[in-house]
Amino acid sequence: MEKNKSFLRNEGVQALLSSILCIIIGLIIGYIVLLFINPQGASGAILAIIKNWANSSRSTLQLKNLGSTLVNTAPLLLCSLSVLFAYKVGLFNIGASGQYTAGIIVALYGALALHLPWIVCMVLSIIAGAIVGAISGALKAYQNVSEVISGIMLNWILLYAANMILSSVKEPSDIYTLKMAKNAPQAILPTLGLNSIFNNHQYVGIAIPIALIAAILVWIILDKTKLGYELKATGLNKNGAKYAGMKENQNIILTMAIAGGLAGLAASCLYLTGITEWSCATASVPGMGFNGIAAAFLGGLNPLGSILSSYFIQHISMGGSFVDLSIYPSQVADLISSIIIYLCGFVAFFKLMMNQFLDKKDAKGGK
Amino acid sequence: MATFLLLAEYTLIFASVLMLVALGGCYSEHSGVINIGLEGIMVMGALGGALVMNMFPGLSAPLMILAVMAGSMLFGVIYSTLLGFSAIHLKADQTIIGTAMNMLGVALATIIVKTINMQANASNPTSTLQYIAQKKLFLVKLGSFEFNWFMLISLVILAIAYVVMYKTRFGLRLQACGEFPQAAASVGIDVYKMRWSGVLISGLLGGLGGIVYIMAGVSEWKFENGVAGFGFLAMAVMIFGQYRPLRIGVSALLFGFFRALGNVYTGFGFLVALNIPSTLYNMLPYIVCLIVLTFTSKNSRAPKADGIPYEKGQR
Repeated sequence: MEKNKSFLRNEGVQALLSSILCIIIGLIIGYIVLLFINPQGASGAILAIIKNWANSSRSTLQLKNLGSTLVNTAPLLLCSLSVLFAYKVGLFNIGASGQYTAGIIVALYGALALHLPWIVCMVLSIIAGAIVGAISGALKAYQNVSEVISGIMLNWILLYAANMILSSVKEPSDIYTLKMAKNAPQAILPTLGLNSIFNNHQYVGIAIPIALIAAILVWIILDKTKLGYELKATGLNKNGAKYAGMKENQNIILTMAIAGGLAGLAASCLYLTGITEWSCATASVPGMGFNGIAAAFLGGLNPLGSILSSYFIQHISMGGSFVDLSIYPSQVADLISSIIIYLCGFVAFFKLMMNQFLDKKDAKGGK
Repeated sequence: MATFLLLAEYTLIFASVLMLVALGGCYSEHSGVINIGLEGIMVMGALGGALVMNMFPGLSAPLMILAVMAGSMLFGVIYSTLLGFSAIHLKADQTIIGTAMNMLGVALATIIVKTINMQANASNPTSTLQYIAQKKLFLVKLGSFEFNWFMLISLVILAIAYVVMYKTRFGLRLQACGEFPQAAASVGIDVYKMRWSGVLISGLLGGLGGIVYIMAGVSEWKFENGVAGFGFLAMAVMIFGQYRPLRIGVSALLFGFFRALGNVYTGFGFLVALNIPSTLYNMLPYIVCLIVLTFTSKNSRAPKADGIPYEKGQR
């Protein structure tokens, strides 16, 4: 009894339970929406979304699809780390999408126009993301501009910049940028032999371990170093941090620069594999940064939780492409992940309810 | 001359959108709730209005205008309850809720429109709705200037907002709830009720702004694209307008002008001669917004208790 009580009171366990609750409610609402559209195929469609790569009948194809999911999980994990890092310092990095787009511009331009090797492209994309993040940070620190609004404005500015700059490296007769494999083989990320595990999936490679290492590094920086402590102190109380002798404005800028760097790295981890190209007619900001918000909160704002939640969100979104598209729109998957974020806003409320329930139970047990 | 009239026309219609949505945000923030979900509310309002046009194409002009307004406002209000419920009663983080509402709005609207389109015609799985004939009912030709009834409606709503905010008991009480809710409660004001009013009015005006936006210059809308950050531009208009109705009206005109320039710059010989790529004009409103905020946010007059959940016993 005593052991059981302390187990449910544990912060981590409560965070996990809240996330699972969010996921279950999100899936149920998604299922209800599917029922509204067409009741006959709804069960099949929700199962298709949940199964994702397991939909394929052959195990070789399953491995390939799992590989594709993982390739897309790596950038999502990095974006969620970007959001998480800023949030721990009291900043809401809705501009992750713009920082990510800045990374795309630099990575693809460096690879296709300047023919730089992959490592240089990657470093440049980190720097580009960091600069965009630092702009938001500096505006916040010195001019009190809300990072949410400056982030959104930068998202749109960089989207149009990407369409403008990358149209110089696009296919002459198409809207997409040049194929990496043909035009910039030197900039393709090394596979490290990881591709052989996934049935020779050519895009699986170094990006996945890089993202995992980043998650561990973020965890170490935030929880185990003086820098992390100072940044979190600044987030809790800017004036308090200043009084304690910390450089509070610099801390805000540094935080946003690190967050931006993570988002920029995410871009090169996806686009330098060659799995996808940029469309120079893109009309809306890439969803990667927004899904990063979902993954960060679903993971209970813990870098290691982000690994699981990023995989889950990516799993669901790729699962959306397995539903019968002649009946159901693939956006059902987006709907589910946005409902999950909405519910994540209630995590504090869930925990409160859980603790109240436990208190009541304890009081009864005491009698 | 004709191009100047066209520029004025686009400026006024985009300013109407920004003004409506910014005034909506203004009500919500004065009551103490930050509404980041305005973008999603606009999408849902646009959907409501577009569905009315789609379902009742035969209405006469006055009826059509009223029905479309009612449809968009209704959708906006219903959607804003998502924010009201979570922010007022469950004390949820208003930034996360708003972000989720923006994503949910686009996903939901896309699903609804795609389903309708596919049921009407199985080979049309797009998220686009058309309203070419219906849109003409909203326009009146004054010479070569195309007057849109929404311009007048927005002006009336601006005047109402000014009176409500400063001259009525409701407006002053609303503002008290955003400045110091505990003090407001101590003199018998129901803070929950006031915050609900603020959020629902922001849904009403945000929804209306959404339908005006998707009818500005185009006669069909692809719902997958959302509303291109206009909800956030409106928030910038609100901050630049220092949360005051009349100043919001003026700053909406400024931002509307820069947005309009992107649509009509090809008509001005000297602008074409500058040979600036067209994408730069698309960026212009966002760049101007960033610069303006840089110089005006320092003396922000945001309500003091904006975004802080209200707890009854707290002092």
